[in-house]
Amino acid sequence: MDELFHYIIAKYNYWASLVLLFIGLYGMIAKNNLMKKIIGMVIFQTAILLFFVSIGAKRGASVPIIKFTADKQPLLEATAYANPLPHVLILTAIVVGVATLGVALAILQKIQRVHGTIEEDEILEDQRS
Amino acid sequence: MYSPSFYQIAPVIAVCASLAAVPLIALSGSRPNLREFWTFLAAGTKFAMVFSLAGYVLAGNVVEVDLIRVLPELSISFRVDSFGIVFALVSSFLWIVAATYTIGYMRGLDEHAQTRFFVCFALSLCAAIGVAFSGNLLTMYIFYEMLSLSTYPLVAHHQDLEGRAGARKYLVFLLGGSVGLVLPALIILFALAGTLDFAYNIQSGIVPEGTGPTMVVILFFAFLFGFAKNGVMPMHAWLPGAMVAPTPVSALLHAVAVVKVGVFCTTRVMLYVFGIDLMADLNLGIITAYIVSFTIIMASIIALTKDNLKARLAYSTVSQLSYIILGVALLAPAAIQGGIIHIVNHAFAKITLFFCAGAIYVATHKKNISEMGGLGRVMPFTFGAFAVASLSMIGAPPVAGFITKWYILVGSLDAGQMAIILVLIASTMLNVGYFAPITYKAFFGKPPAGVSYEPGIKEAPLIMVVPIMVAATISVFIGIFPGFMMQFVQMVIP
Amino acid sequence: MMDQAPILIIIIPLFAALFLTLVGPLGPRFAYGLLITGLVGSLGCSLLSLGLVLDGNQAVQYRLGDWPPPLGIELVIDHLSGVVLVLIAGCALLTAIYSLRTAEQDNPDRLNHYYALFSLLVTGLLGMAASGDVFNIYVLLEISALSSYGLLARGQGPAYFATFKYLIVGTIGACFYLLGVGYLYIMTGSLNIADMAAILSQPELQESVSVRIGFTLIILGVWIKMALFPLHAWMPNAYSKAGTTTACLIAPLMTKVSVYIMLRMMFTLFSADYVFSAIVWSPYVIYLASAAAVIGMIAALAQRDLRKMLTFIIVAEIGYMTGGAWIATASGFIGATYHILADGLMTLCLFMAVGAIIYRTGETSMAAMRNIFQKMPVTAVIFVIGAASIIGVPPTCGFFSKWYLIQGAAEAEAWVFVAALLIASLVAAIIFFRLLEIAFFGDLDTTGASGDHGHSHQPVATLRAEAPLSMLIPMVITAASVIILGLYTKEVVNYFISWSVPLGI
Repeated sequence: MDELFHYIIAKYNYWASLVLLFIGLYGMIAKNNLMKKIIGMVIFQTAILLFFVSIGAKRGASVPIIKFTADKQPLLEATAYANPLPHVLILTAIVVGVATLGVALAILQKIQRVHGTIEEDEILEDQRS
Repeated sequence: MYSPSFYQIAPVIAVCASLAAVPLIALSGSRPNLREFWTFLAAGTKFAMVFSLAGYVLAGNVVEVDLIRVLPELSISFRVDSFGIVFALVSSFLWIVAATYTIGYMRGLDEHAQTRFFVCFALSLCAAIGVAFSGNLLTMYIFYEMLSLSTYPLVAHHQDLEGRAGARKYLVFLLGGSVGLVLPALIILFALAGTLDFAYNIQSGIVPEGTGPTMVVILFFAFLFGFAKNGVMPMHAWLPGAMVAPTPVSALLHAVAVVKVGVFCTTRVMLYVFGIDLMADLNLGIITAYIVSFTIIMASIIALTKDNLKARLAYSTVSQLSYIILGVALLAPAAIQGGIIHIVNHAFAKITLFFCAGAIYVATHKKNISEMGGLGRVMPFTFGAFAVASLSMIGAPPVAGFITKWYILVGSLDAGQMAIILVLIASTMLNVGYFAPITYKAFFGKPPAGVSYEPGIKEAPLIMVVPIMVAATISVFIGIFPGFMMQFVQMVIP
Repeated sequence: MMDQAPILIIIIPLFAALFLTLVGPLGPRFAYGLLITGLVGSLGCSLLSLGLVLDGNQAVQYRLGDWPPPLGIELVIDHLSGVVLVLIAGCALLTAIYSLRTAEQDNPDRLNHYYALFSLLVTGLLGMAASGDVFNIYVLLEISALSSYGLLARGQGPAYFATFKYLIVGTIGACFYLLGVGYLYIMTGSLNIADMAAILSQPELQESVSVRIGFTLIILGVWIKMALFPLHAWMPNAYSKAGTTTACLIAPLMTKVSVYIMLRMMFTLFSADYVFSAIVWSPYVIYLASAAAVIGMIAALAQRDLRKMLTFIIVAEIGYMTGGAWIATASGFIGATYHILADGLMTLCLFMAVGAIIYRTGETSMAAMRNIFQKMPVTAVIFVIGAASIIGVPPTCGFFSKWYLIQGAAEAEAWVFVAALLIASLVAAIIFFRLLEIAFFGDLDTTGASGDHGHSHQPVATLRAEAPLSMLIPMVITAASVIILGLYTKEVVNYFISWSVPLGI
C-alpha cells in the first residue's frame, strides 16, 4: 500500500493528466449534449498539453533563458534550465487545439441551425424523420 | 513458311484480332451489314493466323512470346504448342461457322441489342484463343476470367427473370470457383514452385519434388473443381441454367468456347502442371476418373428426363465433357489422345446439335421434344444433320465420336480399368436412349394431339442451314479421316 | 532548384491555399486555375524528388533552414514516400480537374474558400508523407484533418452532424498519437524519426513499458484515423454525406496516408524485430484485419446508398492493408504497400464514376445505376474497371496486390487471412455484379418481366447523357492508371517498394 502511494506521488503529474484525460474522454463519448462533448474534447486536449508541459520541468531549474553567474560567465548547465522543447511543441499543439475548437463550434452552430437542437438523440430523431 | 518473327506476332494477332474488332463492331451498331463485316474480318484473320501457326507447330516448333512481366518470375506470355493449337483451330474455325449462323438467327428472330451481342461474342473468342495459347497459369487465369465476364451479358441476353437468374447462377459458380479455388491454388503453387510456366512435356509437371502429398491433392482438386466451366459435378449446375441464352450462344459458348475452355484448362493443368508421373504416384488419375465417371452417368440419366431440347443437350454436354477429362485422367497414352481429340469431336457434333435446336426454334418456335413429332419430314436437312451429330455423340462409326470412344476404350484396357469400360458401355447405352428417340420421332412420329403445324412451316433460312450442314459434314469427315487432327494430338504424347 | 524540390512539394499548395483565400473577387474560374497550377507544381516537384531518390538510390534528406537533425526539422523522401507523394499529388490533381462542375454545384458561393481548404488538405497529406519528424506528422495530421472537417461540412443537411462526429473521433485519434509521441519523447529525448529509431533499437528500451505504451498509443491513434474495424464507425456517414468533389478527394487519400503512417511507425520508427518479437500483437491484429475485410465487405453489401457502399469497401480494404503489414512476411509488406497505391487509384476511380453518375442522375441510391450503360457508356466502363480492380480481376492492380497479400499470408500460414481475403473478394463480386446487372439491364420491373423470351421488349429508350469532358478526362486517366499500374507491377515493386521492405522479415 505504502509503495503504491509512493508510486503515485512520485509521478503525480502523470496521474493528474491521466485523470483529466479520462474525464475528457468520458465527456466526449458519453455526453448527449454536443456542447458538452466539445467541452470534453477541450479537457482531453488540455490533459495532454499538461502532460507535455510537465515532462519539461526539472527540480530547481528556471526558464530556459541563459543566465549569467556572478562573474558574468554564462551558465551552461542543462540542469539549470527547464527543457524548452516540450513547451515549444505544446505551443503548436495549443494552436491546433484552438483551431479544432473553432471548427467544432462553427459546425455546432450549423447543426443548431439545421436541426434546431444540439442534443444528440434529438438530432438522430430529426434525421430519421 | 514465313520468317520466325512472323510466328512471334501471329499468336498475338490471333488473340487480339477479335479484341480489335470490338470498337469497330460497337461503332457500326447502326449499320448491321458493316458490323457483321467486321465480325467476319476478325474471324477470318483469327483463323488464318491460327492455321498458319498450325503448320509451323506441326513442323515441330513451339512458339513462345513473352508479352509483359507483371511480377518478377511471372509474366503474361503465350506459348503455342500442339495441344493449344488443337483447341485454337477448333474454336477459331467454328467462330466463322457460328457467326454465319448467328446472323441468320438474330435477324430471323429480330433480337434486341444485337450490337452488344456481337461485341461480347468477339470478346469471348479473344479470351478462348488466349486460353489456348497461354504460356503459364497466370495468363490462363486472366483469359479465363475475361471469358466469364464477357459471356455474362450473353447469358443474360433476354433480360427477363429467367435470363437474369441463369446469368447470376452462371457467375456465382464460375467466379466462385475461380476466385475461391483456382486463385489461392495458383498463389500457393507459385509460392511452392516459384514459377507458373507450364512444363514442356506431360511426364513431369512443375510441382517441385518433396511437396507434401496432402498439399498436392488439395491443389489438384482445387483446380479440378475450381475450373467450374468444365462442368464436373457438383460444379455443373450453372450449365443448364445458362441454356436460357439465345441458341447461338449456347452453341458456340456452351459447346465450344466456355465449356471447352474449362476442360482445356483442367487437362492442361493435369498434364502440364502436375504431370502424369505425379498423378500416377498419388493415384490422382484414377480418383479423377471415377469422379468424372459419376458425372458421365448421372448427367446422362438426368438428360433422359428432360423434354426441353436445349436442356437435354445441356446435360449431354455435362456428360460428354467428362469424357475428355476421363480420357486424360486414365493417364494411358491412347486414352489421353482420345480425351484430347474429343475436344474436337464433341465441338463439331454439339455445335451441330445446338444449331439444329436453334433452327427448329426459328422455324417453328418449338422448344420441347414432345412437340417435334413428324417435324423431320418438314425440315429434312436440319434433322438429317441432327441425326448425324447424335450418332457422333453416341460414338457410332463412321462419325467423329467413334474415334474418341475407340481411343478411350483402348486406353482403359491399357490402364487395366475394367470398371471404366463398363462406364463407357453404360453411357453409350444412355446416349442412345436420349438421342435416338428425337430423330426417330421427328422422321417417323406423328405430331402430338392438338398440335398441328401451320402450313407455312418449312426449313430454316439458308444462312442457318448451310452452317449446320458444314458442321455436320466435318463431323463425318473427321470420323473418316481422323489423321489431320490426330497428328497434333499425337505430338502431345512424347 | 532541384535541391529545393522536396520542400516545394509542400510549400506550393500551402501558398496556393493562402492566395486562394484572397482571390474571391476574381471569380471561380481563376480560383480553379490557381488550384490546378498549384497542384501541377506540387506534382512536378514530387516527380522531381522521386527522380532524385532514384538517381542516388538513397533517401533524400532535406533540412529546413539547414539545421542538422536531430535539432532541425527534416523532410525524408525515400523510395516509398516518394511514390506515395506522387500518388497523393496525382490523385489530388485529377480530383481538382474533375471538380470543375461539381465543386461549383456544391459550393455556389465562395468557391475560392472551398479550394483553399482543398489545397490545405493536400498540403497536410503531402507533408505527412514527406516528414521525417514525429511531431510534424502530428501537426500535419491535424492540418489535413481540420481542413477535411471544413470540406466535409460543406455538404448538405446531415453532413454537419456526421462531420461533428468525425471531428470528435478524429481528435481522439490525433490526441492518442500525440500522447504516444510524448511517451517516446520522454524515453528518447528526440523527435526525429531516424534519430529516435537509433535510440529505440537499444535493448533496454525494447523492454521498456513506457516505450510500449507509446507504441500502443501511436498505433491506436493511427488506427482510429485510418478507420480500422471496429474503430471505423465515424467514416461511412462522414464520407457519404459529403459533396462529390470532397468525397473524391478525401475518401481515397486520407485513410491511405494513415496506413502509410502506420507502416512508417511500425517499420521505420520501430522495427520489424520490435513489432513482431518484442510485442506479440500480430496474431490478434491479423484476426482484426480479417474481420475488417469480411465485415466491411458484408456491410457494403447491405448498403443501398452508392457512396456509403464504397466507404464500407474502404473499411474492408483497410483490413487488407493492415493484415498485410502485420503478417510479418516480405510479400505481405509488399502487398500492403502496393495496395496503398492500388487502392488509392481504384477507390478514386469508383468515387469519380459514382460522382459523375450522381451528377447526371441526381440520385445517390443504387437506383441511380439504372441503364447507365446506355446513358453514360464511358462512365460505366470506368466503373467496371474500378469494380474489377476491387474484386481482383487481372490485369488490374487490385489483382496483384491481392496476389502479394495472399502469397504473404500463405507463407506466414495465416490461413484465416487468406480465407478473409477470398471471402471479401467474392462478396465484392456479388456487390458489383448486383450493380452491373441494374446498370446493364435496368430495373427488372421497368423493362418488363414478361415470360416470353423478350424479343419484343426493347429496353426503355434512354437518352445518352455522358458526363462532361472535365469529369471524363480525369476519370479515363485514373482508370487507365489502374490497369497500367497492374501491368507494371514488377517495375513498381522492384524500383520502389522492395527498397522499403524492412529488415528482419
